[in-house]
Formats: sequence, structure tokens, C-alpha cells
Amino acid sequence: MSIILDKVNYVYSTGTAYEIQALKDINLTIEDGQFIGIIGHTGSGKSTLIQHLNGLVKATSGAIYFNGQDIYDEDYNMKELRTKVGLVFQYPEHQLFETTIFDDVCFGPKNQGLNKNEAGLRAFEALKSVGLPEALYYQSPFDLSGGQKRRVAIAGVLAMKPEVLILDEPTAGLDPKGRDEILDLIAKMHKEKNMTIILVSHSMEDVAKYVDRIIVMNDGQVMYDGLPREVFRHYKELEAVGLAAPQVTYLMHELQEKGIPVDMDATTVEEAKNSILKVMQSNS
Amino acid sequence: MLRDITIGQYYPAKSVIHQLDPRVKLMATLIYIISLFSFQGIVGFLLVTAFLILIIRLSKVPFSYMVKGLRAIVILMLITALFNLFLTPGEDVLLQIWKLTITMEGVKNAVFMMVRLVYLIVGTSVMTLTTTPNQLTDGLEKSLMPLRKIHVPVHAIAMMMSIALRFIPILIEETDIIMKAQMARGADFENGNLIKRAKSMVPLLVPLFISAFRRADDLAMAMEARCYVGGEGRTRMKPLSYDKRDYTAYLVLVMFLVLVILARIIL
Repeated sequence: MSIILDKVNYVYSTGTAYEIQALKDINLTIEDGQFIGIIGHTGSGKSTLIQHLNGLVKATSGAIYFNGQDIYDEDYNMKELRTKVGLVFQYPEHQLFETTIFDDVCFGPKNQGLNKNEAGLRAFEALKSVGLPEALYYQSPFDLSGGQKRRVAIAGVLAMKPEVLILDEPTAGLDPKGRDEILDLIAKMHKEKNMTIILVSHSMEDVAKYVDRIIVMNDGQVMYDGLPREVFRHYKELEAVGLAAPQVTYLMHELQEKGIPVDMDATTVEEAKNSILKVMQSNS
Repeated sequence: MLRDITIGQYYPAKSVIHQLDPRVKLMATLIYIISLFSFQGIVGFLLVTAFLILIIRLSKVPFSYMVKGLRAIVILMLITALFNLFLTPGEDVLLQIWKLTITMEGVKNAVFMMVRLVYLIVGTSVMTLTTTPNQLTDGLEKSLMPLRKIHVPVHAIAMMMSIALRFIPILIEETDIIMKAQMARGADFENGNLIKRAKSMVPLLVPLFISAFRRADDLAMAMEARCYVGGEGRTRMKPLSYDKRDYTAYLVLVMFLVLVILARIIL
């Protein structure tokens, strides 16, 4: 059970003056249960890449296999793929349309062909798991705050019970508190439901704490793919393409240069603290 | 799929036509349309054709771009042709089926009407393909300035036009994203009967309208924040001014018009 991308290429506006190659020879394997962060600056092709994973965008060349089946086969059920690979878009404003939050979350399950009761049950479950207060269920989604709208948007996709959940910049435009809440929520879902989660972001800080694999996109290509600490070792190269490693990476490197033997692979504040404490304890 | 819409699409290139003052191009389009509907006979047709080919060559825009616009009016062309074909009275009857007659004049009219419509679309698309929307509204504003004397809000009209044109690609892109976001939730925009399809538009239109209003609001605020108060006393960063090539172009245009009229009178 996995998603495999084999030499995927994608070209925008083929044959016109505005032709752009958004993806170049992408080869990836996404295993079940992984928590992956896709990172890249604006225009690096990360959004285009994730839209391939549920068939919204068709590759110009190359193949994509979901659970061993070629999704470009003529008789492949695209609609089913889209319910199995749930994609939450960046701005919740792009999908909220119903008069109440509850009805809006019901939209996905209803499209799956479930009846009103089943859809309602799914919606209830999904809204509960994103932690939205019950008092809000029958309010208009347009009256919510940015963070709450985002929760509703995530619930709208969760209600379809996807196996893979992709989130495109779920923290964009949120304040630090809202950002932490959303990321904690996603991490909790990963742990409790053992879902495959793909988190798209341009902030290393955001993803370093949560994910167990980072894919760095640059100029339509995969630049690095590996464990966070492996990727962050290239912090100088990342900087050259307009990305930055988490601040602790810089701190640890500087401490190392000053002759303090800390663990340079620490990627979170917690790990860094432990490593520094260890060095200090062994010194005293 | 939505990217195929060509309204107001500019094709960047470096050509004489691209560099012309937009006022010249507006005037040229006007003259071209007048000549298109006033020419008669084969000589006039050849003149117009030669002019069109010359302009297309000079513009350096691939021919396929201009033909794209034709797809939108295929039905209109067919209807016009059919009406002309069957409903033109004349002496020379070629064919009679029930009450419908096809006359020699009808065939002629139908053919010329088709040619005129095709030339109209191709010719005017040369203008939109070689002029950016901003240049176009600038040119329009300046050309229409005399109308201000009779209290026509020329500046406001030009500003509304340029904003509308600017928003077309933005809204198209937005529509694309919203469609994808709803398709990711299993929405189906393609299948089903008419009622079902109309209903499926609701999840697309509601977010689109909300976003359009929000954008309009933001834009108004941003314009006011930069002290926009309308056209009164407003100066331009790039004021339009005629160049030598613009006068040459006017000369060519006048000559073209005279030739077409002469061809009509003499022949």
C-alpha cells in the first residue's frame, strides 16, 4: 500500500509563450503511515506535485501508482482515488460554501454516495476530531476565525475517511498559537489514526518538529529526500535556494565551531536542550 | 481547460505592431472594420486580405493564436451563413426545396458574410494580442478625452475597463482552484443532467462570489490608501506620445481606406 511516482513530468501551457515545466522527472515512493513534509519556496512545484497525487492534475508524462494500480488507466476510478487521498487546499475560503458548518462537512460524504444519516455521522465524527466546539456546528462557516475555518476545511476532507491526508500550507496566515494548534492536531491524527500525512510548507521550523521524512523541492525537482536531520545537514545549500534550516541547527553548528561538542543533528528545541545539557553535565 | 480562454490575452513579442501607440491600433481596428463591411467585389476582397496578411506577418504572433478566437463564433457563423443562403431573394435560382430557395446571390452573400466574420475576429484579435490591457485602456481614455466636454466620465470608464480586464485572469485562476478544491471533496462538474449540473455549480459559485467581493473591497481600499480620487489632475508615469512610426502607420491606414473606397466606386 503506497503511492509511487515514476518519472513524472508536468508542463503548464504547452506550446505557448508561457510554457513552464513545473515538475521534472519526479521519482518518489510514499509508504503507508509516513508523516512527510514537502518543503520548497513559492513556485518550486510543491503544490503541483500534491495535486498529482489525487489525480486533479494529469502528468504530461510518467506514471503514478496508488496501491499498485496505475491511476491513469482508463477504467481507474478517479472519484474513489480522491476520497482515499484527501487533499486540503491552502485557503479554506476556496471550499466553504454551505449555510452551516455541519452541512459543509457533509458535502464530501454525500458526494461519496452516502445517505443523509451516514453523511451526518461522518461529519459529526470529523468535526469532533478536529476539536471544533459543538456550539458552532450549525453556525455559518463564514463567521469563523481563520484557524477555525481551517479546522472545518480539514474536517470536510476527513469526513470522507481518506487513507492519505495531504495538507497544502495548513498554517499560512495563522498566528503562532493557531499554527501550533493546527500542527498538533495533524500530529495527533497521524498518531491515533495511523494515517499517511503529507504536509506542504515553506517553513522548516513548522515541519521539523513533527515529520519523519522531508522532501525538499526546488525548481520542479526533488532536491533532498530523507530524515529531517539528514536534510538539515545541508543547511548551507538550503539557504542558497531561499530556504532555511530551523534556528536550532544554526545554533548547534555555531556551538560546535566554538569548540563545544553538541549534537549537530538536533532538529527541535527539545533535542537541542537535551544535547546542550548533556555537554554541560559532562563538563562539570 | 479554463486556460484556453483568450479574451484580453496578450502575446509578448517584439514587433512593429507591438510598439505602435495604442491609439493608432484602435484607429486601425476601426478603419479595418469599416473597410471590411464596405468592400465589394473581388478587388476589395483582395485588398483587405493583403492588408490582413501584412499585419499578421508584421505582428510576429503565431497564426494559430488568432484562429483560436474563431472557435467561439462557429455557431454564429453557421447561423449567419444559413440565413444568407436561404433568405436572399434573387433571379438566379439554383435550388428549390419546399419553400426554401437557394439563389446565386444567396451563395455569394453567405460566402462574403463568412469571410467578413472570420476576418473581423482575426483582425481584431491582432489588436488584443499585441496590446496589453493597460495600453489599450490608456489609448481608449486618451482617444475619448473630447467626450469629457459633454460630461462623459471617460476616466472612470477606462479605469473600470482596465480593472475588469485585470481581474479576468485572476478570477479564472480562482475558479480553477475552487473547482479543484471541490473536486477533491468528490464534487462532479461534468456528469449528470441539466438540473444536476446547475446544482453542482453552487459549491463553485458561492466561494467565487465571496472572493470576488472581498477582492473588490481590498482593491478599493488599496486604491484609496494611495490617494486615488479619480481622474482629476492625475498624471501618467508613461504618457502616450506619437512616434515617427505612428505617423507612418496613420498614413498607411488612410491610403488603405482610400483604396478600398476607390475599388468600390470605380469597379
